[in-house]
Amino acid sequence: MAQTAMAARDEARPSLLAVAKGRRARQILGERVLLGFLLASSLVAILTTIGIVFSLLFETIRFLDAVPLLDFLFGLNWSPQIAIREDQVGSSGAFGVVPLLVGTGLIAAVAMTVAGPLGLLSAIYLAEYASPRARGFAKPILEILAGIPTVVYGFFAVLVVAPFLRDSSESIGFEVSSESALAAGVVMGVMIVPIVSSLADDVIAAVPQSLREGAYGLGATKSETVRDIVLPAALPGIGGALLLGVSRAIGETMIVVMAAGLSANLTVNPLQAVTTITVQMVALLTGDQEFDSPKTLAAFALGLLLFIATLILNLIALMLVRRYQERYD
Amino acid sequence: MIDRQSSPSETILASLPRRRRAEARFRIYGIAAIGIALAFLILLISAIGTQGIGAISQTEIALDVTLDESVLGLSDARDRETLSKANYRAVIRAALGDVFPEAVSARRDRRALMKLVSVGAGFELRNLVLEDPGLVGGTMRVWVPADDEVDMLMKGATARDSGRFSDKQLGWLDQLEEEGRIRSAFNWRFFTSGDSREPELAGILGAIAGSFFALITCLVLSFPLGVMTAIYLEEFAPRNRWTDLIEININNLAAVPSIVFGLLGLAIFLGFMGLTRSAPLVGGMVLALMTLPTVIIATRASLRAVPPSIREAAIGLGASRMQAMLHHTLPLAMPGIMTGTIIGMAQALGESAPLIMIGMVAFIVDMPQGLLDPASALPVQIYIWADSPERAFAEKTAAAIIVLLAFLIIMNLTAVILRRRFERRW
Amino acid sequence: MTKLTARNVNVFYGDAHALKQVNLDIRQNEVTALIGPSGCGKSTFLRCLNRMNDLIEACRVEGNICLDGEDIYDPAVDLVYLRARIGMVFQKPNPFPKSVYDNVAYGPKIHGLASSRAEMDDIVTSSLERAGLFEEVKDRLGAPATGLSGGQQQRLCIARAIAVCPEIILMDEPCSALDPIATARIEALIDELKQNFTIVIVTHSMQQAARVSQRTAFFHLGDLVEVGDTDTVFTKPVDPRTESYISGHIG
Ligand SMILES: Nc1ncnc2c1ncn2[C@@H]1O[C@H](COP(=O)(O)OP(=O)(O)OP(=O)(O)O)[C@@H](O)[C@H]1O
Ligand SMILES: [Mg+2]
Repeated sequence: MAQTAMAARDEARPSLLAVAKGRRARQILGERVLLGFLLASSLVAILTTIGIVFSLLFETIRFLDAVPLLDFLFGLNWSPQIAIREDQVGSSGAFGVVPLLVGTGLIAAVAMTVAGPLGLLSAIYLAEYASPRARGFAKPILEILAGIPTVVYGFFAVLVVAPFLRDSSESIGFEVSSESALAAGVVMGVMIVPIVSSLADDVIAAVPQSLREGAYGLGATKSETVRDIVLPAALPGIGGALLLGVSRAIGETMIVVMAAGLSANLTVNPLQAVTTITVQMVALLTGDQEFDSPKTLAAFALGLLLFIATLILNLIALMLVRRYQERYD
Repeated sequence: MIDRQSSPSETILASLPRRRRAEARFRIYGIAAIGIALAFLILLISAIGTQGIGAISQTEIALDVTLDESVLGLSDARDRETLSKANYRAVIRAALGDVFPEAVSARRDRRALMKLVSVGAGFELRNLVLEDPGLVGGTMRVWVPADDEVDMLMKGATARDSGRFSDKQLGWLDQLEEEGRIRSAFNWRFFTSGDSREPELAGILGAIAGSFFALITCLVLSFPLGVMTAIYLEEFAPRNRWTDLIEININNLAAVPSIVFGLLGLAIFLGFMGLTRSAPLVGGMVLALMTLPTVIIATRASLRAVPPSIREAAIGLGASRMQAMLHHTLPLAMPGIMTGTIIGMAQALGESAPLIMIGMVAFIVDMPQGLLDPASALPVQIYIWADSPERAFAEKTAAAIIVLLAFLIIMNLTAVILRRRFERRW
Repeated sequence: MTKLTARNVNVFYGDAHALKQVNLDIRQNEVTALIGPSGCGKSTFLRCLNRMNDLIEACRVEGNICLDGEDIYDPAVDLVYLRARIGMVFQKPNPFPKSVYDNVAYGPKIHGLASSRAEMDDIVTSSLERAGLFEEVKDRLGAPATGLSGGQQQRLCIARAIAVCPEIILMDEPCSALDPIATARIEALIDELKQNFTIVIVTHSMQQAARVSQRTAFFHLGDLVEVGDTDTVFTKPVDPRTESYISGHIG
């Protein structure tokens, strides 16, 4: 009796291999599908870039139908307002991008004049000088600055910095327009300080300790070590950090929209009002106009210009930082 | 031996004071840099704080209104439709006339008098009546919002002799104050209403709702996509040029100017896919694309922080690579992933430029009820108000900034606490 | 003559007690070798002698170390001056990412030891000569130092150290990254340098200690077990731990 029951149970028990086959087949299928999903989602990032490139290119080509490329790239006059009237052909508005490039460059230059030294010095202080307690105090300051939305910086520029610059320069006999490149640039510089300093901090921390010890062992002071050994060794990485700062500066929108204004002056005087690529993109696309007037299309051409410029800066910066990190692996 | 005029140790000793000074100077530069950053931060917060604190209160004027049917222009009907179309402004005008009988005669005076009270006073009265139609025919005292210029005057932001008020108007206001008909009340309208052309009626609830819907969309899209991408790149992707390309691409996307994402949304989501302009859905989709790199980078870092031994142990027990991932590595990495996601959401909450591009900058009074209703967003609302000429909007702008910063602080603190709580040393 | 004296030196890394009650005299114009199994505290002791341990946050040094009778841990001591007098060569060659010339010139430059370009050339040349490197690099003084071979880099680091004219040179396993030929050159160099300098060298090679040093100190688990003339320590060790270490039983 017992014997047969056992035999029957043995009979009923499927072989190890069969179990494995059935379960595994289902499992493998499930995992394949899942893996497919994973792969597909990683393509979204690529698709986004492709989407950006194509939408910019497509609209830019249509823009260039109305405005010749050379007029766009080398024209010294930017006044798209004229083209808004129905009875006018698009090309009769002036779409010369040079004043915008100069304005963007000017504000970025002011910003980097602030962010470069402040960012690097605070990075050096954090990496080389600060005690853990001082670090615990100083780092959050920079992190908070990094977390403040740019629209808040913009409001601050309009509310405090621009009036202050105007009043203080009036008192020493300068004429500063209320929407000066200086005010927008200074505030943007402070916004960029944390970006430069955190990247530079990482880069400086990656300089091998043995180099520092070599210098200290010769009797170099801390500042001599930093200046002569650490900074030169970290130079490529620091260059990368600064380039990323520049890239942020030229792509920043809200601060300049609020504080820099719309007047497309071709000037390198930071006390005057200038306009930037991003300000004009916002100006061209806010308000209700039909989708394919040269005015709206011009915004895409500006966007393409901006995208290319920041892409080049970002790639160079990433390459510098990468190569630098590999050197000291 | 090396010949030298003076012994090396003497030369070195002589150089020490100068080098010590240089050393001190260098340290001071570093501290000064941090100090400037701190000073800027304090200045920013205090400037916005002092500016925004005024928006907490709103000047109100007490009027004894008589809801006379003839003044309201009501016949017998008492349905909502008729009630909401009644002439409440006339009631307000009459109530003002009761206080200042001498001002009723001249048309100019009447208009100057009405200017002291917000145009919203009539709407508030209407809402009271709609809630309780029994009020019609009765008399009661209501506190209605004062005009924004009056509000500024009462808060001391406008001088009496600024020329914005006639002597008569100033006299009326003095009289109102003497009679105890002016008070400064908590500005609940700021927190419960949408945008308005009138500063005294404008509120942030509409913008908060818009931001909320956009952020939900952003989270629902970017969290799964980001985590899945990170899992693929970190655990399954072969190391080749193709994955290298994806990686460079992600790093680069993180540094593409946000306004460019706005153009993408404009061209593809609005132009090509034909979605609604100004909708939080579109805003959220654009923000999701921007947040994706942040989520991916944070997720990869947390996955990498899980020691390989855990995964190897699971695989040793017969789990497949996918099972080891899903059952062991991913749960352990979850706190880090969530921290990164919250930080990404905080960034998205502060973004304005791409939302402006897709039309969330329009003037929208109504509260958005869903993902497809036209809406604004909190930072964009700040931009709109900052751009408005009425001076009373300055304090609304600052107050909205304070609210935005409060949300950001809460989100970042949550992230910090999460990180502290689950920080693990393997 | 005694150049450096260490009295009751204790070193802690946080709570870990890395050196216990070390008493040791370093004599002038002699080579003192520090030996012992890995982790016994040789490097730690060496780094105490020019206060390199100050760079390590968690490290605490107690006791007395005197250079020519002056306490080097006195708060008034200037680290720059101390380290100019007590130079250091590290285990792994660590040339600066600069030219060969600039590596050697760096010390004299910051200390202001040369008043003219010619004088600096002099210092660089003679330091490289004394480090036995000049002949090999004289044609590429402007080339980056990181392009030299490991042995050349280590001799460059020695040249860099002696360019400052220190009184003492500390060497932490200077040959551990080098092949036997490069090692032999450096050992010969050390023998020559002791005419002008006092040298303290950490080494894992007993043969090296025996070859280059006059005195040997044996460390074990943070204790200074035994110190004496190199010949005595290697032939008639007093402590059984020394005995078993030099005969290859521990470490
Ligand atoms: N920076 C540090 N932080 C904490 N502990 C340290 C540090 N440096 C060394 N130690 C500890 O101090 C002890 C002595 O280390 P030390 O480097 O002096 O040994 P060593 O004798 O030089 O060994 P080796 O021959 O391997 O170089 C060891 O236990 C080591 O773990
Ligand atoms: Mg050692």
